[in-house]
Amino acid sequence: MDFSDPQGTAMRFFNDASAHFQKLPGSAILLRYIKSSYQNDPARSAIELFLVIFAIRYLLAPTYSTQKSKVSLTDQEIDELVDEWTPEPLVAAPTQFEELENEKRPVLVGPTGPKSKLSNGRTVTNLASYNFYNFIANEELKEKAIKTLRKYGVGPCGPPGFYGTQDVHIQTEADVAAHLGTPACIIYAQSFSTISSVIPSFSKRGDIIVADKAVNFAVRKGIQISRSTVRWYEHNDMEDLERVLQNITKEQAKKPLTRRFIITEGLFENIGDVVNLPKLIELKLRYKFRLILDETWSYGVLGRTGRGVTEAQNVDAREVDMIIGSLAGPLCAAGGFCAGTEEVVEHQRISSASYTYSAALPALLSTTASETITMLQEQPEILTGLRENIKAMRAMLDPRSDWVKCTSIVDNPILLLVLKPEVIASKNLSLEDQNQLFQDVVDECIANGVLITRLRSMPVDLGVHPRDRGWQPQPTLKVCVTSGLTKKETEKAGTVIRHAVTKMISRRK
Amino acid sequence: MPTRTINPFATTTSTPALDALSEKDQPRRTSFSKNKFTSLFGGASPRTRNEAAALREALIAQQQALLDSPSPQQINSSSLSLPTINLTTATAEKMPSEPKTLFQPPDPEEAASLARAHAQFGPLGSQSHRYTSRHEGEFGDPIEDEPPYYYLITTYISYLILIVFGHVRDFFGKRFRRSHYSHLAERDGYAPLNSDFDNFYTRRLKMRINDCFSRPITGVPGRFITLMDRKSTDGNITFKMLGTLTETLNMSSYNYLGFAQSEGPCADATEAAIKKYGISMVSPRSDAGTSELTVEVEDLIANFVGKPASMVFSMGFVTNATTFPTIVGRGCLMISDELNHSSIRFGARLSGAMVSMFKHNDMRDLERVLREVISQGQPRTHRPWKKILVAVEGLYSMEGTMCNLPDLVALKKKYKFHLFVDEAHSVGALGPRGRGVCDYFGIDPSEVDILMGTLTKSFGANGGYIAANKDIIDKLRTQNAAMLYAESPTPPVLTQIASALRMITGDLYPGQGEERLQRLAFNSRYLRLGLKRLGFIVYGHDDSPIIPIMLYNPAKMPAFSHELLQRKISVVVVGYPATPLVSSRARFCVSAAHTKDDLDRMLDACDKVGDRLQLKFSSGVAGGSLPEEMQVAEKDGLKQRNGVSPPRWQLQHVLKRGVEDVKVPLR
Ligand SMILES: Cc1ncc(COP(=O)(O)O)c(C=O)c1O
Repeated sequence: MDFSDPQGTAMRFFNDASAHFQKLPGSAILLRYIKSSYQNDPARSAIELFLVIFAIRYLLAPTYSTQKSKVSLTDQEIDELVDEWTPEPLVAAPTQFEELENEKRPVLVGPTGPKSKLSNGRTVTNLASYNFYNFIANEELKEKAIKTLRKYGVGPCGPPGFYGTQDVHIQTEADVAAHLGTPACIIYAQSFSTISSVIPSFSKRGDIIVADKAVNFAVRKGIQISRSTVRWYEHNDMEDLERVLQNITKEQAKKPLTRRFIITEGLFENIGDVVNLPKLIELKLRYKFRLILDETWSYGVLGRTGRGVTEAQNVDAREVDMIIGSLAGPLCAAGGFCAGTEEVVEHQRISSASYTYSAALPALLSTTASETITMLQEQPEILTGLRENIKAMRAMLDPRSDWVKCTSIVDNPILLLVLKPEVIASKNLSLEDQNQLFQDVVDECIANGVLITRLRSMPVDLGVHPRDRGWQPQPTLKVCVTSGLTKKETEKAGTVIRHAVTKMISRRK
Repeated sequence: MPTRTINPFATTTSTPALDALSEKDQPRRTSFSKNKFTSLFGGASPRTRNEAAALREALIAQQQALLDSPSPQQINSSSLSLPTINLTTATAEKMPSEPKTLFQPPDPEEAASLARAHAQFGPLGSQSHRYTSRHEGEFGDPIEDEPPYYYLITTYISYLILIVFGHVRDFFGKRFRRSHYSHLAERDGYAPLNSDFDNFYTRRLKMRINDCFSRPITGVPGRFITLMDRKSTDGNITFKMLGTLTETLNMSSYNYLGFAQSEGPCADATEAAIKKYGISMVSPRSDAGTSELTVEVEDLIANFVGKPASMVFSMGFVTNATTFPTIVGRGCLMISDELNHSSIRFGARLSGAMVSMFKHNDMRDLERVLREVISQGQPRTHRPWKKILVAVEGLYSMEGTMCNLPDLVALKKKYKFHLFVDEAHSVGALGPRGRGVCDYFGIDPSEVDILMGTLTKSFGANGGYIAANKDIIDKLRTQNAAMLYAESPTPPVLTQIASALRMITGDLYPGQGEERLQRLAFNSRYLRLGLKRLGFIVYGHDDSPIIPIMLYNPAKMPAFSHELLQRKISVVVVGYPATPLVSSRARFCVSAAHTKDDLDRMLDACDKVGDRLQLKFSSGVAGGSLPEEMQVAEKDGLKQRNGVSPPRWQLQHVLKRGVEDVKVPLR
């Protein structure tokens, strides 16, 4: 190349460039377009050119700033602002209701059980624990737990990925999977948080979740973390669900396929009723959604051997994509699980936060769960015994009370009692009134030697306007039946509860 | 002193305990007080007791000795030839006149149980293997060394090759082995559960080294850990258990104080608790799940960390996940260290507060962020923030760095934010009394608003706690979701926590807790110093029991893990995405259960493997260089950088000088 002739070089460069440009497919069309448009309407060409330049500038501009509204301040001004700023205290002052709650919270002395001793020295009939089968008192379980303790110590001192997986965990996973009839299972160190971690490990931003309006707090938090698009359907209303599914299918028809989930509970923590699983499966298959079923309250409770809703309603557990359950309540151990296919389970091992980043379940709790699962399988009479007591308790409360009705299904050992609508209307009771009323009932029952409790309303995030707090359960009284009591004792406790309700309600004008 | 007298191996060794005690001129001889020894007899003077009591106590003492006998010898159960011990020596503060035979050499059964106890918690070799974890002087950022560019470049190239290979394999795989990829594609109208893109890293990179993760174990994760051997024939997709076991040195569990034990006082108490209280509370805390044990543990924790009140949870993760939503919300700002644990991020996301980050442990960056956010107020509206919460960890589990608490407290005074410290790894592991970062830095715990910690680590139990002022705890007790809905901590777990705490404070078996703390501090510094001197790049602060060494090249992760496993040592290797792409590392967690011999074994293994895998990159800027007098001899061959010569000590020198040099700043 001849560097002494810059003009010639430039010319040659342009010639080369235009030759190359003409070789590009479509370049002729572009040129023709520009020429003709210029002839027809120079103003339009100018505008287009301007648009092109603007587009290029826009694309090349540094990632656009979210801090457009930033005010620039001098150091001194910042110092002044810092001095002026007064933060709120970390927590607001307690309300009177909260203060009372802290005062009144029962503290158990000695072991929990159908008869528990409280710190005030009284022994009460405990109908507030999920001690449905009274496995607490089983000496054989204790002995096996001690054996495990003597081999494994207490904590595994590490998350499952880093040498925290013990053979007993693998065994418990296999036991749960075999019990349910699913290909695989993964156990978590805590039941409450299991579903909050399972949901976001599958459902991400852009995915779609359709959920029952009445799902429990943990499910809600899982949905919130996932940042997916949520649609709610009316509680247990399969027609409404179908409507929602149809709408989504229509809306999404043109869009790229995303993961879609239906999330609901087996037994509802806040209402006590049960899902219609066969219908749900039918819908999920028809609309091609995956089903995440929270069986925290139904596993170990429903079905002939406690396999949950799938057993009670004769559905193959493999039809449900993910079954989440608890080893903590009726099974008398701790931890939660998610059962499903190998793929579902293995995916969680690396991407479910509360599994990956948390220490594994203590071995002795894992083996206890294995033991109690075996007991439920081998001795179904354990479950029938409980059901007798549920029936007895129900008979004492539901049909006989003028004030409350039970929203739980007949097999649910947690009897949830709400005020009848006509009572609320006639006495003009606000939500606070109802909560206060039930707290009075709880206190009255304890005074008469029966420990029951209230359903807790879901905590609302700080700073959220009451209007936006979403679905809340109706104030509810919670009575947990146990087979550790005889039928007589159960009936007696039921009478105490009924009388307490009557007394407290009739005391209000 | 009665120490040696209860040592069943006294004659087979040169009584190092006594030697150590007579060395008056040792620097930083901490005051292990007399009660350390009297405690072995129940804490009271044996003179005042009658003979039967003395007998019983001597027996307890003997059991104690089995648990933490100051024997430097590895126990070899087959060749024990032990002397007889008698009451004279066992209780001698003043010699009783009539000796009584108490101790016969153990029969094989006893020896086996002793060996088992020592596999969980090694006996202290010498009283000089103790140190007190306490901050002194200026707290600087740890100096981070960098490897020669060659290693950085090869690391990038390695990843490039891995990624290219992965894509090539995907390309052909998706065409010729469709069934293997079906889970990544749309299947009769269902979107794949995990997208091809997200899954690429797992499938093509992590799967290759999957055998280094989730190794199943059995038994206690104490000083040794027993792996269940497994094998994969399909590229780590599935594993087959071989049915054999391998006992390895445990450098991986968060068993800082060695409380992972199936014997000893904690396990005994736990057993008693199971008998008395049963296995579970089967109810949430707010219903009927609060036991007297819960209250007791909460009081113990509050006292321990120095806060007016505390609350326990059944899971550490959930402690964070549910606490943030109770204390911050819309209109509030959380400023979080960029390397904070997943649970903190989980909680922050749930709370609805705005979240900003600052560079890991960079106090200047934090101040910059603070000035900006306070002066600008909330986005758009510019209203002042309702409150600002700064969340840091006491000890970072992947870096081995501690938070700069002194500077944080100073900044807090100036900028009026609330301070949350997650002591998951630091509680029990740091400070002269094991009470965490506040103790370590000598800062009054009231300077920190909320101290959170987990009970899964140092205490060998499970769960987490929040300690704070009473009004905060009271609020949590009524509003915290875990309190309302989650299962309560179980009686066995609570008892393990309580007895571990009592041992650390010295309420139970005085002296034993102190020994654990001091052994941990010694072990941490000893191993760290040794690794530095051998030439590894070690991250983190000197007193941290978490010791990451840098590997850089991704292929060195499995290689390192395998090499050490061959030498019967379990370590954790971590790489992207848990760390930045280039800085793959191996992480060692030191425990009080380790003996100096264990650490020497570890150093020896690292020395050999380090040579083999070319891991000795250190330039010496972070310490470990040869002292002047030794440099002359070895000068040739090693080039100096910035006036420091790269430390490449010989193993024997490392071992020889280690014990003394641990006690001076690790330079
Ligand atoms: C900083 C930090 N916070 C919280 C946790 C969670 O604790 P846990 O294992 O008890 O759930 C961990 C554990 O890995 C942690 O490192």
